[in-house]
Amino acid sequence: MDKFEVIIVGGGLAGLAAAYTLASDGLEVLIVERGDYCGAKNVTGGRLYLNPIRQLLPDIWEEAPLERHVCQEKITMMTDTSSTTMTFATQAFREKPYHSYTILRANFDNWFADKVSEAGGVIITKNKVDDLIMENGKVIGIKAGEDELGADVVLAADGVMSVIAEKAGLRKPHVPQGFAVAIKEVIELAPRIIEDRFNLNDGEGAANVFMGSISKGMFGGGFLYTNRNSVSLGLVVKISDLLHKEPAIDMPQLFEDFKNRPEINTLIQGGDSIEYSAHVIPEGGMEGVPQLFGDGILVSGDAAGFALNAGLTVRGMEFAVASGVLAAKAIKNARENNDFSKQSLSYYKKLLEDSFVLKDLATFKNAPMFLDNPRLYNVYPNIVSDVLEKVMFIGADPKRKLSATAVREMRSKFRFSMIKDVFGVFKL
Amino acid sequence: MKTQINVKEKLGLDTIKIHEEKHISVDQMVCKSCKGRYCLHVCPAQVYTLNKENLVVLDLDGCLECGTCLIACTPKSISWEYPRGGFGVQFKCG
Repeated sequence: MDKFEVIIVGGGLAGLAAAYTLASDGLEVLIVERGDYCGAKNVTGGRLYLNPIRQLLPDIWEEAPLERHVCQEKITMMTDTSSTTMTFATQAFREKPYHSYTILRANFDNWFADKVSEAGGVIITKNKVDDLIMENGKVIGIKAGEDELGADVVLAADGVMSVIAEKAGLRKPHVPQGFAVAIKEVIELAPRIIEDRFNLNDGEGAANVFMGSISKGMFGGGFLYTNRNSVSLGLVVKISDLLHKEPAIDMPQLFEDFKNRPEINTLIQGGDSIEYSAHVIPEGGMEGVPQLFGDGILVSGDAAGFALNAGLTVRGMEFAVASGVLAAKAIKNARENNDFSKQSLSYYKKLLEDSFVLKDLATFKNAPMFLDNPRLYNVYPNIVSDVLEKVMFIGADPKRKLSATAVREMRSKFRFSMIKDVFGVFKL
Repeated sequence: MKTQINVKEKLGLDTIKIHEEKHISVDQMVCKSCKGRYCLHVCPAQVYTLNKENLVVLDLDGCLECGTCLIACTPKSISWEYPRGGFGVQFKCG
């Protein structure tokens, strides 16, 4: 049986970051990727927050295929017939080094794979890892079709559905409560049109999250990110919320209805759809993190549930990159001691606990519970909208005072259970 | 706000390399007793439909490999794995 020091299952961000770090330090590393190229199976919303990972992989960001740096954050609350948008922009978003970038994964991962190859890592594409080879409870290699390959250590970086982590007994089968489904369309638009429509300068980007009636009271929301020559428009809904609905809500239809809202339509009109994609997103936060290490195996990125939805910010990709780099560190440490046991590889968890990855997940451990509240998606956007409509709409009758209007709206919609929601905010 | 969609048309935007080997299957006995039939409406690619006999049938050619069906199928009817290496959807944007 041929053998590599490290075999990485999956050429996404976690796998590539680990491979790049290991290959740069001269380790013999193999990535097995099932797509035609790295990135062929990957989907993001999406935006990459660069600050948390800039130092973990220094020097390579300058030449990375990043789309636009985000200078505008927009939050839109929607009811069936109205919407309220808040735009936040700050000079800090316009200063180098830029805080966050929109990216497209097929481009980005493919570029990253080239960097791994340049550093000496080996990447085999168009190959699916079917199983692990175990010996006395220890992972000693992988099976891919007819082929068997040995390794001192295997890194499961095979994404949110991680077959490998499950085969290794490190995670349980997924439950609907812990995951969301996302649909995305990429719509091509000329850079000039994007800049005009979103009030941007050349190269600048905008990020827009949408919440409210578009998810019909379900945990979820929409997003729009501007890329260089396109916008990424998507809708996310928690899978458990899609079940037991009467009448059933059709996910592709829900996305189409969102897309056809006048607020969205004016942003994308004239553009051609060039891709339709879907992905599952880990929404369990800290609760969704599986066992991260075993004898001869580590788990990183989406496979490890490293994603954080804190309502107004949604993160995942920088967790994947960081966990890949930290897995590489733990592997190097294990190699120095020539010990790839569970005990030795537990160092990976220590590294994660000392980093933003598990620290941020711990800080926002109440976020999934907080977001699991239908009032966030129906009652509150309606209150905001009704107050504003009463203030803004000039009818034939004399108008009431602003304060009276606001108080009346609040009173008519107030329910005792909402006090709990206010305290929920303080737990975030 | 309802607007009709043609998911097939959207899937036509993607490059999907089809392998004759089916990577998802369902247990018709379990499907028959399932009241929810969640697969029919959660799947972004509308892979699952009902035929005239009220049986769940699969059109895997448009599968986007997200895995939503496997998670949503609480009666545990679905057997699911990724398509063979080099097959299935290949995103150019992602």
